[in-house]
Amino acid sequence: MEAGRSPNIEILSNADLLGLEGKPGDFTAKLRLRPRYIDADKCTACGLCTKYCPKHLTDSYNEGLDITRPIHIDYPQAVPATYFIDPSACMHIQHGTCKICVPVCRSRAIDFSQKPTEREISVGAVIVAPGFGRVPDEALEKYSYGKHPDVVTSLEFERLLNPSGPFQGEVRCLSDKRHPRKIAFIQCVGSRDLGCDNGYCSSVCCMYAIKEAMVAKEHDPDCEITIYYMDLRTQGKDFDAARTRAEEQFGIRFVRSRVAEVVDWGENGLKLTYSTLDGGHHFEQFDMVVLSVGLDAPADAKKIADMTGIELNSFDFASTSTFAPLETTVKGITVAGAFQGPKDIPESVTQSSAAAALASGLIKAQRNKGIVVKDYPEEVDIADEEPRIGVFVCHCGINIGGVVDVPGVDQSVEGMEGVVYHTDSLYSCSQDAQEVLKEKIREYKLNRVVIAACSPRTHEPLFQETLRDAGLNRCLIEMVNIRDQCSWVHANEPDAATEKSKDLVRMGVAKARLLKPLPEQTVPVTKSALVIGGGIAGMTAALSLAEQGFSSVIVERNAKLGGHLLDTRYTITGGNTADLLKDVTARVKKNKLVTVLTGSELVNTSGFVGNFTSVVKSGSGKKAREQTIDHGVVIVATGARPHAPEKVLGRKLPASKKIITQLELEQRLAGRAKNRAPGSVVMIQCAGSRGDDLNYCSKSCCIDAVKNALKIKEINPDSQVVILYRDLRTYGFAEEYYRKARELGVIFVPYSLADPPRLGATSRKVEVTYDDPILGEEVTIAPDLVVLSVGMVPEGTEELSQMLKIPVNADKFFLEAHVKLRPVEMPVSGVYLCGLAHSPKPLDEIIVQAQAAAAKAAMPLVKGEVAVEPIVSHVNEDACIGCSLCASLCPYQAIEMIKVDKKRKARTIVASCKACGICASHCPTFAISMGGFTNDQIQAQIDAFGAVDDAGAKE
Amino acid sequence: MSQEYNPKILGFLCNWCCYAAADAAGVSRFQYPPNLRTVRVMCTGRIDPLFVLKGFAAGAAGVFGGG
Repeated sequence: MEAGRSPNIEILSNADLLGLEGKPGDFTAKLRLRPRYIDADKCTACGLCTKYCPKHLTDSYNEGLDITRPIHIDYPQAVPATYFIDPSACMHIQHGTCKICVPVCRSRAIDFSQKPTEREISVGAVIVAPGFGRVPDEALEKYSYGKHPDVVTSLEFERLLNPSGPFQGEVRCLSDKRHPRKIAFIQCVGSRDLGCDNGYCSSVCCMYAIKEAMVAKEHDPDCEITIYYMDLRTQGKDFDAARTRAEEQFGIRFVRSRVAEVVDWGENGLKLTYSTLDGGHHFEQFDMVVLSVGLDAPADAKKIADMTGIELNSFDFASTSTFAPLETTVKGITVAGAFQGPKDIPESVTQSSAAAALASGLIKAQRNKGIVVKDYPEEVDIADEEPRIGVFVCHCGINIGGVVDVPGVDQSVEGMEGVVYHTDSLYSCSQDAQEVLKEKIREYKLNRVVIAACSPRTHEPLFQETLRDAGLNRCLIEMVNIRDQCSWVHANEPDAATEKSKDLVRMGVAKARLLKPLPEQTVPVTKSALVIGGGIAGMTAALSLAEQGFSSVIVERNAKLGGHLLDTRYTITGGNTADLLKDVTARVKKNKLVTVLTGSELVNTSGFVGNFTSVVKSGSGKKAREQTIDHGVVIVATGARPHAPEKVLGRKLPASKKIITQLELEQRLAGRAKNRAPGSVVMIQCAGSRGDDLNYCSKSCCIDAVKNALKIKEINPDSQVVILYRDLRTYGFAEEYYRKARELGVIFVPYSLADPPRLGATSRKVEVTYDDPILGEEVTIAPDLVVLSVGMVPEGTEELSQMLKIPVNADKFFLEAHVKLRPVEMPVSGVYLCGLAHSPKPLDEIIVQAQAAAAKAAMPLVKGEVAVEPIVSHVNEDACIGCSLCASLCPYQAIEMIKVDKKRKARTIVASCKACGICASHCPTFAISMGGFTNDQIQAQIDAFGAVDDAGAKE
Repeated sequence: MSQEYNPKILGFLCNWCCYAAADAAGVSRFQYPPNLRTVRVMCTGRIDPLFVLKGFAAGAAGVFGGG
């Protein structure tokens, strides 16, 4: 949507890449644009053509579960919002008949004379992001997919859950449309499966299965859901918490097993046969079976590789390295998203930002050339007009409409003072609804707009933009939150939620009557960054900024750059981390745009985006000195350190030299000692993590354990290595190494928290006792070494959280502004986040995140100015008596006292003002007004709040 | 008592914390009684004592300041 609005992003949909030639900074791409048979400029997306089109077509957008027509649009929010004709099904294109759509279309947009066209474009950098493909059908057959209609893929189930899906969001069996009572999810279908050559883990299926199961339970609390899995890989930030919620709150059953087959069971539905860890075989009846299909490489991966020259890995995904995770084998071509390896939305979004940083570095010489600055129509002067309010009530699919009586709320504003137009819409934020909004503003000469939908915190900017497009000042909108704060939280009380919505809308309309246009203001930006933390994340971010032409200062607490990476030795793919560190440190030191302050700490930061001032203390004792640094943005990369658990698996950790951590083992294995890989080693995963000392999964420990186990086997093939684990989380391509370790004889034994392994130690030996599920009995062994995977804890995040006013989550890691939409930004504008301080993760993900943070941080630096929100305070100098109460109370030092005609007056420093309004509420003469939150506006809301009670009293 | 006690509460919610938390409660689908009517402010510091009194005068059974 945002991309569709940007004047500097041209979207060529329905297009194929035919060839790519050139070098970094100078590529030529040859494209073929397929005809839509509809003129995009004329199409208003009214949908009349689809209604009249006589031919049926399987709806591929709805996974073939629904019927559409050859002339259609995939979904209402599609960008561009233009219909198209599928030539393979159109009767006119195929047989020269029909053409019913042509006279039906009122805007005469249908054009059968369109032919495919070719086009060449010159670009400086290329980002490849073709997404992922489908796993082959053969992988699904043993579960009766294609034979029984009630066996569906997770993608099909997702469509079933969706309000724009085949049953408008109701989950129904495809066989007889009944509501399924029992649903099973089968994990790892087409993933971790050598049968279809997909030896990797798709990383996202465990989490999406949990999500789909929870949503299905929300739809129908009585349905029973079971998830059959091998290892539950919820390794992402806060994902384990979702799993716990699914189990405890939603009553979803998790069964560790392998499913052998699913067969038709006549009237009973489906029969699912599975085996459990103890070797037992079981079967169970289900109404519906959902196959959690993996993410395959895109179908045309080989074609892309041929045309661009990039190499693919053994699974046909783009080949990249741990140290340069987004760089393909061709310079100037970067990759982002699932084509780089299966991944979820937050990581894909992070990668896309990072790819933009890499591309921006390549084309920086061309910066600001050929760009289009969006211009808006001149603002209509509404100062002398009476309020003409338009009210738009949103269904948000079933999010609001499923609870609140939206048409009723819409009708309730009829006749309210100032309201000249009102309507409801399915999705107010969709592109077509935005067009309708613009049209209605013009048609009814609206000068105030009320949107009753979701939260202004997420969607107000979108609507404000539309207002500007329609020639209105963007402050002439009031959003009423009837989703996040109404339908979602009163899901079981539709009548009360409708009443509440009506009250809130009435209050919104009351405020809207008094809305005033406010002027746009901007402040200049100091074009440099402060990077807190000199580990691999901080250094990568600083180098990426330098690559894009911006200077930065790295503040590192330790005497040496490198952070946690200083203690590591090698990666699972065989990379030498010391080499990486040496290379990156040298580049940082050599780069003229990067200043390094080691042995230094941040003392204080003040200011706001574009204009921060920080005090940094270097050295200690008498040699300590402080310096002040001006900077426009902050990148937080403070890292984490290995956890030192006191208790492991519920018991106090015995003291023994034979008990070491995974990191200590890595250092030992990288050394030269003869006995560095002893004859028997037991590794214990989640020691102190996932419910022990720490509540979360540290994401990289399973991969590290496998990495070290392989190293032991490499040095001493006869060594017996036992890994005790809960869920082995070698997600993505790391799964290959897990398989290799098993082939080499590493023994993997799962344990549960109910019966965890026990550690004993005397001065000479250590003992580990655990339950072996295959033997069905308790085993005690006395290995030469016990290695604990201890997890990671953040470093000093609480302190920094206070200083920069940025939030941390329950586990003390910094909390990003939005997990999916803004994964490397903090809620405080101008502050960005990367590395282990965000959450534990492996090295390649840290590097990508650092590049992404640099991309986001560069945005205000490139623009050179930031816009001030127009809601800042304003002092009416005539009414001000110069008491300076406001200046003394302002927490942001945003009010200065000046002399006007020898009289003391207060004045707002707009760039510092946060619009909190403390000044306005304390001013004894009511001389200060807050843009968008004036006294009369708020009082009008309060009066409107009371209005219904008066009516109620009359009853 | 034929009717259930159904008070209407007027709330002033700070955009940065309480209003954000109320949004988060929605995202997490926490259910709470539908008695609150909210006014978003950019900070609870914006709440003039007058607003509280006006709220009671307008018939609020209670006034809630969330910040």
